[in-house]
Amino acid sequence: MSMNSEKKRLTGATVLLEALEKEGVDVIFGYPGGVLLPLYDALLDSSIRHILPRHEQGGVHAADGYARVTGKVGVCLATSGPGATNLVTGIATAYMDSIPLVVLTGQVVTALLGTDSFQEADITGITTPITKHSYLVKDAREIPRIVKEAFYLAGTGRPGPVLIDLPKDILATEVEPLPADMNLRGYQVPSKGDSGKIVEVAKALSECRRPVIYAGGGVIAAGAGDVLRQLAEKASLPVVTTLMGIGCLPSVHPNLLGMVGMHGTVTANYAVDDCDLLLAVGVRFDDRVTSGLGHKFATKAKIIHIDIDPAEIGKVIRPQISILGDARLVLEELLNTLESVESPQVADWWDRLRAWKNDHPLRYDKDRMTPQMIIECVGELVGENAIIATDVGQHQMWTAQFYPIVKSRNFATSGGLGTMGYGLPAAVGAQIARPDDMVVLFTGDGSFQMCIQELATIAQHNLPIKIMLMNNGVLGMVRQWQKMFYERRFSGVQFQANPDFVKVAEAYGIRGIRVDSLEQVRSAITEAIKHPGPVLLDFTISPEEDVLPMVAPGKPITEMLGR
Amino acid sequence: MSMNAGKKELKGATILLEALEKEGVDLIFGYPGGVLLPLYDALLDSPIRHILPRHEQGGVHAADGYARVTGKVGVCLATSGPGATNLVTGIANAYMDSIPLVVLTGQVVTSLLGTDSFQEADITGITTPITKHSYLVKDAREIPRIVKEAFYLAGTGRPGPVLIDLPKDVLAMEVEPFPAEMKLKGYQVPSRGDSSKIAEVAKALSECHKPVIYAGGGVITAGAGGVLRQLAEKASLPVVTTLMGIGSLPYGHPNLLGMVGLHGAVAANFAVDDCDLLLAVGVRFDDRVTSGLGHLFATKAKIIHIDIDLAEIAKVVRTHIPIVGDARLVLEEVLNVFEGLPVPQVTDWWDQVRAWKNYYPMKYDKDRMTPQMVIESMGELANDDTMVITDVGQHQMWAAQFYPIIKSRNFATSGGLGTMGFGLPAAIGAQIARPDDLVFLVTGDGSFQMCIQELATIAHNKLPIKIVLLNNGVLGMVRQLQKFFYGERYSQTDLIDNPDFVKVAEAYGIRGIRVDSMEQVRSALAEAIAYPGPVLLDFTISPNEDVLPIVPPGKPITEMLGG
Amino acid sequence: MLHTLAALVENHPGVLTRVAGLFARRAYNIDSLSVCQTDDPELSRMTIVVHGDDQVIEQVRNQLNKLVIVHSVTDLTAESVVERELALIRIQVSSETRSEVLQTADIFRGRVVDMGRTNLTVELTGDGEKIDGFIKAIRPYGLLELVRTGKIAILRSET
Repeated sequence: MSMNSEKKRLTGATVLLEALEKEGVDVIFGYPGGVLLPLYDALLDSSIRHILPRHEQGGVHAADGYARVTGKVGVCLATSGPGATNLVTGIATAYMDSIPLVVLTGQVVTALLGTDSFQEADITGITTPITKHSYLVKDAREIPRIVKEAFYLAGTGRPGPVLIDLPKDILATEVEPLPADMNLRGYQVPSKGDSGKIVEVAKALSECRRPVIYAGGGVIAAGAGDVLRQLAEKASLPVVTTLMGIGCLPSVHPNLLGMVGMHGTVTANYAVDDCDLLLAVGVRFDDRVTSGLGHKFATKAKIIHIDIDPAEIGKVIRPQISILGDARLVLEELLNTLESVESPQVADWWDRLRAWKNDHPLRYDKDRMTPQMIIECVGELVGENAIIATDVGQHQMWTAQFYPIVKSRNFATSGGLGTMGYGLPAAVGAQIARPDDMVVLFTGDGSFQMCIQELATIAQHNLPIKIMLMNNGVLGMVRQWQKMFYERRFSGVQFQANPDFVKVAEAYGIRGIRVDSLEQVRSAITEAIKHPGPVLLDFTISPEEDVLPMVAPGKPITEMLGR
Repeated sequence: MSMNAGKKELKGATILLEALEKEGVDLIFGYPGGVLLPLYDALLDSPIRHILPRHEQGGVHAADGYARVTGKVGVCLATSGPGATNLVTGIANAYMDSIPLVVLTGQVVTSLLGTDSFQEADITGITTPITKHSYLVKDAREIPRIVKEAFYLAGTGRPGPVLIDLPKDVLAMEVEPFPAEMKLKGYQVPSRGDSSKIAEVAKALSECHKPVIYAGGGVITAGAGGVLRQLAEKASLPVVTTLMGIGSLPYGHPNLLGMVGLHGAVAANFAVDDCDLLLAVGVRFDDRVTSGLGHLFATKAKIIHIDIDLAEIAKVVRTHIPIVGDARLVLEEVLNVFEGLPVPQVTDWWDQVRAWKNYYPMKYDKDRMTPQMVIESMGELANDDTMVITDVGQHQMWAAQFYPIIKSRNFATSGGLGTMGFGLPAAIGAQIARPDDLVFLVTGDGSFQMCIQELATIAHNKLPIKIVLLNNGVLGMVRQLQKFFYGERYSQTDLIDNPDFVKVAEAYGIRGIRVDSMEQVRSALAEAIAYPGPVLLDFTISPNEDVLPIVPPGKPITEMLGG
Repeated sequence: MLHTLAALVENHPGVLTRVAGLFARRAYNIDSLSVCQTDDPELSRMTIVVHGDDQVIEQVRNQLNKLVIVHSVTDLTAESVVERELALIRIQVSSETRSEVLQTADIFRGRVVDMGRTNLTVELTGDGEKIDGFIKAIRPYGLLELVRTGKIAILRSET
């Protein structure tokens, strides 16, 4: 028999799985359905691990969590129609935070496209505003090229979600695939920045008196945390981070002033407002930082903006120097260039910063069990490699303020879209990605209920996630706003008839511990850490706890309440 | 003071609520968030009742269930960004089944639109393919007109979901609203059909020998069940219904052959295939009925298609007499005209049809507790006004086949999109809509987990829903397809480590009863019905039960297995 | 077969997306789409050229009409219409070829609207066939850049 006649009969589904394996995919978060039958059959012969969530939203957030803590492209899969539409929130979440995902959706057979078929949805149309790019595969021979392109688009430049829609007949058909030669004439990936501009930046740094580095998610995406630290240390530059930038410098680093913006530290906000040079790296001047008042932001400063996305430069503020490129490569060259110039004279500036830090520390009452206290306690007891996932709300802000994140990619939180329910499935993805590291989820009773069905996924795989549930019986953040700005006219924020979360956990086969008092906190957390499986700690918190400081809506960041 | 000087300016939020009240809205299913603060504040002063789900998907499916069992327009509300994207599946679901909804979403302030703001999503862009129409309100004075138009569009012609996107500043601004004068020049609502065509239809009916009425969701929407029954009785016409048409004739009516299509009754499928006249009313020749083979469907028949949507006519099959109009008005006129004509000679046809019914009844094994047996028992213990809501899967088909639905609008199931998770929240909407009627939810363990968080909503509102959970530990329908068509290669259809659903229910403060054997079924159901609150009945079912008969994929409806 | 449809649609943002989205979703094969103002500030006019047989075109019309923002749809294909398209065509020229190109443009009644040392740009109006013909004629000289508006059409008067 000749070599050719022994060629394996390939179907679209097998070609797809092989292409995924070639991209280094070892896990897919997927949920089956009618049109995916050919793919699920082929999956039985593939080495790729498949994790079943209990709702497709759980699957896409898990793929997202996986991506955030590894830097790899996360992969999820859903069937046509409702399976695909259930992914929309997760895709939008990843899009807003620039997380690399490849999202695979089944689709009805090509002959039925556009005929209002059973479980048909125009998912490429629906997700057009929230994907970096998308494909509807009409010829199975194109699969290798499409998969290669999808991973390349998802993972390079400014990362983001890419969707591939796969009709059932394409998956089932036998095919001789075409080579995987990418055809992306409309896509360029910036890398090294303009050297002339980098020299200008070095000079500006050397001459400034009151510099601040404003670092965000782009620093994490580029793996530029280390060079940023070296730069900050060399030139004695203070650093503020966005929510997405947490972890680019260890939280205890002397140069770190804290988070900037709506619930940032006073020092960070004052520093940005008063600085004469703002070195913005991998950030987008988002309204959580600027209050939507671009013209009032860092008005005394020469602004330098380093980003990989040309569309972000000049979008909110006009920088004096802009550098398009990969943050790590640009900062490395900048660091080199700095060798040949003098360090800036910043002693007075640091005196002022230290004074602000002393006068306005982040603080909370120590007389009762508060979320802040719990968060700090977890931080003391859990190691440096622990991954912290959060949901959205007050607890998210307290975690950002008080949890000591030491390394990049140890913090997974929904920043741009602010998706309640993100936390639990993201923790699932994170634990699967890094099985040897501890994963702690900080969540609230509102957020936790949204994707509570994923407790089954945790139980099935015995993922030893430690769930810290800040249970105050209310939608805390919205309630705080109604308290502060609507004269305590509370509306729609009271959860009557919350379940007994400890009993729910136990019904799912997960250990549950209730904690009602200050004295129990340390021991409960210690017990949870020691327990070899998943644990839910249900902390009874007062609904009156506030996130402070806070920049009131529409006010510039120097006007904070509760400083 | 002149009359004019007393004119009051109102907040956009108040204008909105007043406009909703004017439309007869007494209930909104909503979930708050930052941009909706002005609306939630105004809500405190409105008589409109607000129901909080635990996930926005729960809210939109509840509004959908409410609409299905009343015929009124359902209303739901979500905040911007993730709140809005969480509605997408529910909107698509309503769109596919032509359910009237007005979906209100908050949006970021108008000056921040398109700037990647916190919790911003292009929801009008995302939902373009799945809404009948949508509005982004930029001027609060337009609110009365927009609300009036939205309700009109949602509830007339072919009903469907209409979205209104409301920026925060529009809700907060104080204005004198414009009058509510609709401007819908591009929208016409067909009503009476063409009289000459109606005369043709009456004549064709009179002259045929093997007629069949094929009735669907449009009959229910038009409230045409009564006149359809009269016509069927007068002219001795056999009737088949789609899944969406269940209830248009009472179960057990001598003219009703059953459901047609993929899991329909053999007699129904044979009759459609063999008929010489097919009177299609309020149906769309969907692929669950035609197997996607329009050219092989009812090939011997003269096809009459009565529908309110011109675009559905001749979309799938060649149509001999098309009539665009309201099904009830058209059928009333057909009946009138028919009075003066001789009845068709159909005795031989009825002999044939009855023979099919006798040879191929719907059946199941009586030696063990089967889902079909549970469903029939439910039917025996319930009354004519009981509503049955289902999720999606095998259980859905069994409910369609075996539950005796007597009246229109007592059956709510996701037909076109086939959304797992629809059932629990839809049951909530149904119970709230009709608090004096018994509500059964028939669901499976896969579907039930998807929106399990809504157990809290049931507990909070004390809704006495009886949840019939047919628990087989697998994704039944997909598994059945793998069993029949993939050589029993089961892939990812085992729901490993399901929670103890009785314990979950109890953790939510809901009574839970496990039923493992045939003998317990009736008493458990009776106990649940008598109990004055919500009950979850967890029936342990074998994963090997099959839905039969089944038309294999791609085969014409005469080729059924297991009939 | 190519059909030309004229649709009157509401003039506000999002309308183009809705129509384009409909076509993409239902997999209708568009050849060209042009949108312009009308005399009524509330309405725009879309001229859409689409491939399909009678059944497909009937569906296209009905689906378009369903959109609330579409006020009317007319199939101009079988009717007596005046149809036009405008093209701007940049052609490579040398001292040797310049006069030939100018002559060709003249034959097709095109106007030269831009002149460079090594290229010139011709503006041409006419029906699609005429424009296709011109492009074919000048291609051997070197077609540097081509911009076409897509077809617009208007019914001929009955009298």
